[in-house]
Amino acid sequence: MSAVAAVTPPVPSTFSGTAEGIAILVLLTAFAMLRAPQSRSQVRLYAFQSLAVAALAGYVAASRHVGDLYALAGLSLVLKAVVVPGVLMRVLGEARVDVSRSQRLSVASAVLLAIVLSVFGVFVVGSLPISSRSLPAPALGLAAAVILVAFLLVIVRSDVVSQAVGFFSMENGVSVAGLVVASGLPLIVEVAFLFDLLVAVVVFGVLMRVHHGRARTLSTEALDRLRG
Amino acid sequence: MGWDLIALLVVPFAVSGACLVVPRRVAQGLTVGSGAVTFALALLLVPRAAAASALSGWLRADALSTVFLTAVAFLYAATAVFAVGYLRPPGERERSRRYTRRFHSGINLFAWSMAMATLVNDLALLWVAIEVTTVVSALLVAIDGTDGSAEAAWKYVLIASMGLGIALLATIVMYHAGTQVLGNGYEPFFGRLLGAAARFPPAVVRLSYVLAVLGFGTKMGLFPVHTWLPDAHSQAPTPVSALLSGSLLAVSFYAILRYYQITVRAVGPAFARNVLLAFGLASLALAALYLTRQRDIKRLLAYSSVEHMGILAVGMSFSAPVAVVGVLLHVLAHTAAKGTAFFGAGSVVRSLGTKDMRRIRGAIGVLPWSGPMLTLAVLGLCALPPSGLFRSEFLIVAGGLSDPRDAVVAVLAVLVTLASLGLSWFGTQTMLTPTPESVAVGETSGWIVASMVVGLLALTVLGVHPPSALSGLLDRAAAELGVPR
Repeated sequence: MSAVAAVTPPVPSTFSGTAEGIAILVLLTAFAMLRAPQSRSQVRLYAFQSLAVAALAGYVAASRHVGDLYALAGLSLVLKAVVVPGVLMRVLGEARVDVSRSQRLSVASAVLLAIVLSVFGVFVVGSLPISSRSLPAPALGLAAAVILVAFLLVIVRSDVVSQAVGFFSMENGVSVAGLVVASGLPLIVEVAFLFDLLVAVVVFGVLMRVHHGRARTLSTEALDRLRG
Repeated sequence: MGWDLIALLVVPFAVSGACLVVPRRVAQGLTVGSGAVTFALALLLVPRAAAASALSGWLRADALSTVFLTAVAFLYAATAVFAVGYLRPPGERERSRRYTRRFHSGINLFAWSMAMATLVNDLALLWVAIEVTTVVSALLVAIDGTDGSAEAAWKYVLIASMGLGIALLATIVMYHAGTQVLGNGYEPFFGRLLGAAARFPPAVVRLSYVLAVLGFGTKMGLFPVHTWLPDAHSQAPTPVSALLSGSLLAVSFYAILRYYQITVRAVGPAFARNVLLAFGLASLALAALYLTRQRDIKRLLAYSSVEHMGILAVGMSFSAPVAVVGVLLHVLAHTAAKGTAFFGAGSVVRSLGTKDMRRIRGAIGVLPWSGPMLTLAVLGLCALPPSGLFRSEFLIVAGGLSDPRDAVVAVLAVLVTLASLGLSWFGTQTMLTPTPESVAVGETSGWIVASMVVGLLALTVLGVHPPSALSGLLDRAAAELGVPR
């Protein structure tokens, strides 16, 4: 034990400090989505989260000299920080309702649950024997925490916009995980992922519109007829 | 070499685009033609894939993918025929031109995306193709524009997308496992991954495999992530229900099998089998219980799909190769049987105007052709001979009995029997009861009858005597799935 205690922990480099800082920002944005009362603020938070993910990709590209990642950062910036929030805002604009109070849990309990999930994610994933060349390993635990908090968002909010934003936020968490463990993924594959996301956004938008057209609300309370 | 693989993807895609502009009759003809061409190409591939893997850069048709491609192509062709009758209701107002355009384009695009999922040679593109199946089929579920279909489509797209998010994580983690051996920036081709899998770090592969089973299992309908399935199957238009149930679930199972292949090589078979066993038994138990209390005929068939997906997962957990052959045969037979059953259910719903089985009585007397054939298809789903499902379940059980864990076989047999009881009880209640006199007797469309004849024929052929080329294909695919020596 004394031998372990005698070793001073290595000072984190500027690179890993900055990268982890951005990853923590992504996680905090997920927390903010959980408490944001209005759909519009949620969409804005999502745009900010995507911006942080794109910044992380750009930062890794610059400091690790991975050319492909520049393209990826640019594409995800355009798609996730501009196009996706744009589509969601348009649906909200057409619906002319801004859903509030769709929480099934109080904000305090939801945030407490999210903290428990994040701790679980960070420590469980942190204990896995996964090392990374491009990013410090704790970022993977943070990505897992983002994914779990996004799941919580989908569960505790009962309106279609929050649920869609939850899905896209989860996808941001997966992107961060991808940056950590698979930054060498070929560009063609990354582009295919992003293209898929774009298609998914369109479908989510279409279905939100269909739902609003029929139910005159964006709440999912009415979606309970099919059971058994 | 390779032109047929490309044609398999180009034809449905081109037809899907063409259906947006051509008149209705032409769109119907094109869809039937595209289904027939796709199925013919898949059949031509069978003897070749039984001998050697056909490779063409990004595309790959080995024995395993050809099994699933055949299932997809068969049901695509049959559904194209059924859809002609489905869209031509006698005495009803014709559907709007916009509806038929979208419908035909969507059906072809859906079939295209499923064929692509079976043909891509790349772990990441496999995920992309399966995500495309989700978005296309979600729009098709919503196409009727009723309250129920809007609800089902929303639940489906949300739950399936979240599941596929987990599957994307699985893809990334598996890619990471590969970087330890293959270096950074490699293309995750199956052949390359399988060749190097023995040196992958085991803990990472295990993590990826569990994530993949959970993620793709969401689309396959495994408990506890099956909840979208009965809603989507019951609310979609019947041709879409048939494709969802008969081929989409199978394609998702195919994705799991690809991860299974890698995992078996990296960490040995026991872990891969145990995970599938747990999910499979839970799905089977849930379906067996729910099958006995359904009211909606299409929900009944949907829960029967959960049951059969559970059988597939349990079958993969047995170590005997004969069980794996049974599983692959089960995929084909389930596609034929479930497609036919949905076609019949669609015909019944069309004639009697209700999906509620308490109000469907004596359908066998109302529909002189599709009534008896639906009864046969339901009995086939209960795995009575000479249905192909009898042969496949027999092989699975035979393989299970030679497994050290043969107690699982007893559980499997009890649950399958319970499920069959529920299915056959409701099947006979709606079919073999006196026909009410107020109902007009007669088939609504010869196309519907034709599609069911084709489905039953295929089911019987698989049960009585599968062609030798097909048996060779199944044997080779089972060998590809087995533990390498």
